Amino acid sequence: METIRGRVWKFGDDVNTDVIAPGKYLKLPNDEMAKHVFEGIDPELPEKIKPGDIVVGGANFGSGSSRESAPAAIKYAGVSAVVAVFFARIFFRNAINLGLPVLECPESDKIQQGDELEIDLVNGTIRNLTRGEVYQASRLPEHIQELIKVGGLVPHLEQELEDR
Amino acid sequence: MGLTITEKIMARASGRETVRPGELVWVNVDMAMMQDSGGPRRIANHLEHLNASVWNPDNITIVSDHFVPPSNETEARIQAITRAWVKKYGIKKFHEFEGICHIVPIEKGYVRPGILMVGGDSHSCTGGAMGAMVVALGSTDMLGVVVTGKTWLRVPETIKIVWEGKLPPGTYAKDMVLANLKQLGTAGATYKVLEFTGDTVRNLPLDERIILTNMSIEMGAKTGIIEPDETVLKYMEEKKVEFNPVYSDPDAEYSRILVCEAEELEPLVACPHSPDNVAAAASLSGVSVDQAYIGGCTGGKYHDLATAAGILKGQKVAAGTRLLVAPASQKVLQRALADGVLETLLNAGATLLPPACGPCGGLSMGVLSDGERCISSTNRNFRGRMGSSDSEVYLGSAATVAASSVTGRITDPREFIRS
Ligand code: SF4
Repeated sequence: METIRGRVWKFGDDVNTDVIAPGKYLKLPNDEMAKHVFEGIDPELPEKIKPGDIVVGGANFGSGSSRESAPAAIKYAGVSAVVAVFFARIFFRNAINLGLPVLECPESDKIQQGDELEIDLVNGTIRNLTRGEVYQASRLPEHIQELIKVGGLVPHLEQELEDR
Repeated sequence: MGLTITEKIMARASGRETVRPGELVWVNVDMAMMQDSGGPRRIANHLEHLNASVWNPDNITIVSDHFVPPSNETEARIQAITRAWVKKYGIKKFHEFEGICHIVPIEKGYVRPGILMVGGDSHSCTGGAMGAMVVALGSTDMLGVVVTGKTWLRVPETIKIVWEGKLPPGTYAKDMVLANLKQLGTAGATYKVLEFTGDTVRNLPLDERIILTNMSIEMGAKTGIIEPDETVLKYMEEKKVEFNPVYSDPDAEYSRILVCEAEELEPLVACPHSPDNVAAAASLSGVSVDQAYIGGCTGGKYHDLATAAGILKGQKVAAGTRLLVAPASQKVLQRALADGVLETLLNAGATLLPPACGPCGGLSMGVLSDGERCISSTNRNFRGRMGSSDSEVYLGSAATVAASSVTGRITDPREFIRS
């Protein structure tokens, strides 16, 4: 899972947790919440987003609430990675803990709706196959990459407790 | 070189002499808080699956406030899961029907000056008003804390916000923090700490300081903090718990220092759909409101209710507008009941809601329909936050909300303040 390839859903700056995972669905489990992902932006998006797609945002992606339902809804909708100029801090941690790859790339704005990307998670390079461009995202520290690779904090804790 | 209050707390919690911004450190957590929406219901299965227990039941507090009282079976089930969970793991610091998760732990004396606390809710930064470092985490991160008592944090840089001078009549902490939001924007403090200081802050009662730290997350901050002075130490005296307050060194390093003049402040309102979309309340007098809401961890404290009562005394809520009031805790409700504040609010035509999160997050009673507009003393006005994604939320002080409920349109509270 070190290389990811997929089609882009492009969003702007300040995409907040309340439009990704609206409060009225917070009582639902994550897999059902996923049926409403990004509904606060466009009610048709949950239908349109397909497994393997890549979400690309601008600055401050995931601002607002600490609800893990936001990255979880994105993950359970089958999205393979989220790329943004930068993330709000709690969203960033939550995504990593769930094993959802998140990449901070200053050139995210060059990526357009529908572009085809190929992402190398190990060194953070993003190839835009549609435009023939290559961008560099900031490289995640190794222990974080490890966490994403095993599928998040729960599987990681599982390993750790077994090793004790 | 000196350390900030935050760096001192992190150094102590990580067992080191000193820490520097940018370093990743493992910290021992002194207290962990979870609420009903993101708490036990989300980690119970994992905990069982891991066959693990909690690291220390005395250092965990659970506050049910989001789905309180439950309005359907799913929510009722969440409450039942939460109750069973605290019982199973022997957690005594469990509070339901007592108030909001950022207010109750302060009232109970759990948020002590100098501690490192984590909370499973983005507004956990609220506790920084006590001189503690309180960092928000998501559910899975909390699972890690609950099992091990530890978590990793990056040592943040600090932005110092210095407020100087006397607040003009009709302006409050809410207007201060909205002015900061206007200046910094919703991402202006991402990964950083906001340390509020200056004589204006020192002259604020605790209830008002809480608004500054509570809304730090609205600027993307890792947390907000205020050094614990007389006001806080006196408040803590009654709690009969031990604590070690820490303070920033005079030569501590800040990534930025913002000096703000209180005298220049006027009543402010954040317009849809972002808390940094700030304008003068007076400039919005053409905007009619269907609902006015006084409540939440930000704007439902005793000081907020009393301020609103000061404006609503002898007044009536406008026809076509509804005023909802949800005290932030039972304790707030009791106090407002005892001294007539509640009576004033009810006489003006307010509808009383239970002391819980209420409509703040669009979860419970008081949600908005398509095309409706609300002025609220809460902290967030993202699209759809309080109900329909076609509704609008404006944020202001409790005084601004109260004044607007009387006129039925957004109103500068100075119109109601006789000086
Ligand atoms: S009152 Fe609102 S902001 Fe505060 S904890 Fe409840 S939902 Fe969150």
